[in-house]
Amino acid sequence: MSAIRDISIITRRQLLLLSRVPEVLIFSTIQPVMFVLLFRFVFGGSISTGQPGGYVQLLMPGIFVQTVAFTLAGTASGLAEDMKKGLIDRFRSLPISQSALVIGRTLGDSLLNIVVLAVMGIAGFVVGWRPSGGLENVALGFLFLLFFGYALSWVGVLVGLSASDARVVQNVSFIVTFPLTFLSNAFAPTTGMPRILQYFAEWNPVSTMVAACRQLFGLENQFGATAGSYPSEHPLTTSLIYMLIIMAIFIPLSLRKYRNYAD
Amino acid sequence: MKSVIADDLVKTYDKGKVRALDHLSLDVEEGTVLSVLGPNGAGKTTVVRILTTLLRADSGRASVAGIDVIKNPEKVREVIGLSGQYAAVDEILTGYDNLVMFGELYHLGKKQAVIRANELLERFSLSEAAKRPIKTYSGGMRRRLDLAASLIVKPKVLFLDEPTTGLDPRGRQEMWGVIQELVKGGVTLLLTTQYLEEADQLADEIAVIDTGKVIARGTSDALKKQVGGERLEVVVEQQHIAKTLEIVSAVSGHAATLDEGLRLIAAPVSTGSAALFEVLKSLDTAGIHALDVGLKRPSLDDVFLALTGHAAEVKTESVEVKK
Ligand SMILES: Nc1ncnc2c1ncn2[C@@H]1O[C@H](COP(=O)(O)OP(=O)(O)OP(=O)(O)O)[C@@H](O)[C@H]1O
Ligand SMILES: [Mg+2]
Repeated sequence: MSAIRDISIITRRQLLLLSRVPEVLIFSTIQPVMFVLLFRFVFGGSISTGQPGGYVQLLMPGIFVQTVAFTLAGTASGLAEDMKKGLIDRFRSLPISQSALVIGRTLGDSLLNIVVLAVMGIAGFVVGWRPSGGLENVALGFLFLLFFGYALSWVGVLVGLSASDARVVQNVSFIVTFPLTFLSNAFAPTTGMPRILQYFAEWNPVSTMVAACRQLFGLENQFGATAGSYPSEHPLTTSLIYMLIIMAIFIPLSLRKYRNYAD
Repeated sequence: MKSVIADDLVKTYDKGKVRALDHLSLDVEEGTVLSVLGPNGAGKTTVVRILTTLLRADSGRASVAGIDVIKNPEKVREVIGLSGQYAAVDEILTGYDNLVMFGELYHLGKKQAVIRANELLERFSLSEAAKRPIKTYSGGMRRRLDLAASLIVKPKVLFLDEPTTGLDPRGRQEMWGVIQELVKGGVTLLLTTQYLEEADQLADEIAVIDTGKVIARGTSDALKKQVGGERLEVVVEQQHIAKTLEIVSAVSGHAATLDEGLRLIAAPVSTGSAALFEVLKSLDTAGIHALDVGLKRPSLDDVFLALTGHAAEVKTESVEVKK
């Protein structure tokens, strides 16, 4: 029980940090909104979809997934910052649950995602996004997105604790995240890719997440490559399995790293 | 009763290439202050981190307040306070926010945490800066806040790693005042420092460490005796140097040394101010006006020179080891 209290205190700390440096919140929202506008108006015209409502319908799930994928970078750099300041030493010397700091941070970053997704959703709506899957399904879609962000946040914990320097963290996170988001069905059909990349894109968790969201938002996933493969037939299940696998691997690794991080 | 025991601790970094602690043993009697004195790289931070459960020793045993550090780290964390070498507070948050948050983490409850935060801010003269982010604090204020954070729940054993390094003389003086008050309150304290003067001011006992080993230990008086007391230093005009050398040597009983550039004549003395008085009197009789005169306490360097025969050098990391 006291672990839950510790975690909630740390989570609140993070919200407090956000309120003290509102720029962080502003910029983490501006960026995805900018993506919405750029893709919608720059590429939207040149990619024909045949989808009622056009490209923006297919685009929004892609941008949602990309945005939550960047939770990895956010968590990583936040933790690296704490380490640099020696704060982690203080937390580790307190009589609190030893994992509270990292769990609190992952939860805090997920709360930030709620705000960011809400703002993006509104921006999308303004430029013509109209999900049609029914309220429950749309809600489920957002739940999936948050859960995905949460799972990746644990990868970020490991990256943040492993890096020797806070500046390296940004680079490492981007190197992990960018190929994953672009070698996917998020923004364009995968059919134009070389065969081997198509295969990668098919199984890429970002693709399965995007496909899952498209399905829940009531769309046909026209950017998927080969029909008939397991991930394209069952995007929801595949995504769920991916998230569980990521957490099963990275939560224990991260917690162990945190406990021994100075050795 | 011993409040802190470190027994034969060994700690290496970089897969054994850097030996930070080399069979180090020390202990602190309950209610007393031990100062761990050593130059950069001696292993001060390493020993503090092991005793405060942040780091695991490769071998050896350690206990704090009778609790085994390795077997029961959670229990140890309940009875210690730690203020590390670098102030560990949240830069973006205010001093008040920091203390309230740590208070809540100590399970004081919001209301108590607020009361305690205000008490501590008052006590460490930080009330005025309470609502400012830490990043606007001076080095001394940061250190005080960091210390305050380690005192939220009165610890049985307090660890301070170089609490005054980087502070100006006034900041250092303030910090000493704060620490002396804590000691009066009866806390057991292990404090590390690079300054003999600081150890002298604050500690009942001093353990001098070098390259991961305790090379001397005892009261500050005993150590100083080992070092050979104080040094008397006089600065005079060029034309008086020869005569002054004579006078100082006579009083000291040792040949006085001369720094020509500074025109500074120096010699070890064991009788302190009496020797100083004697020198002044003789200079006066000889019609010599001293430009500067004083007694210098032995520095860490002097202690090292006396104990090891070499000056306290800054170890150049693992570079030497790798070669
Ligand atoms: N994480 C680490 N990796 C490798 N070597 C380390 C690490 N931490 C400390 N060392 C080495 O161990 C030795 C002891 O370091 P320690 O930090 O305990 O010294 P210290 O007495 O606290 O020095 P200072 O006065 O500079 O704070 C040094 O040689 C240092 O270079
Ligand atoms: Mg140190």
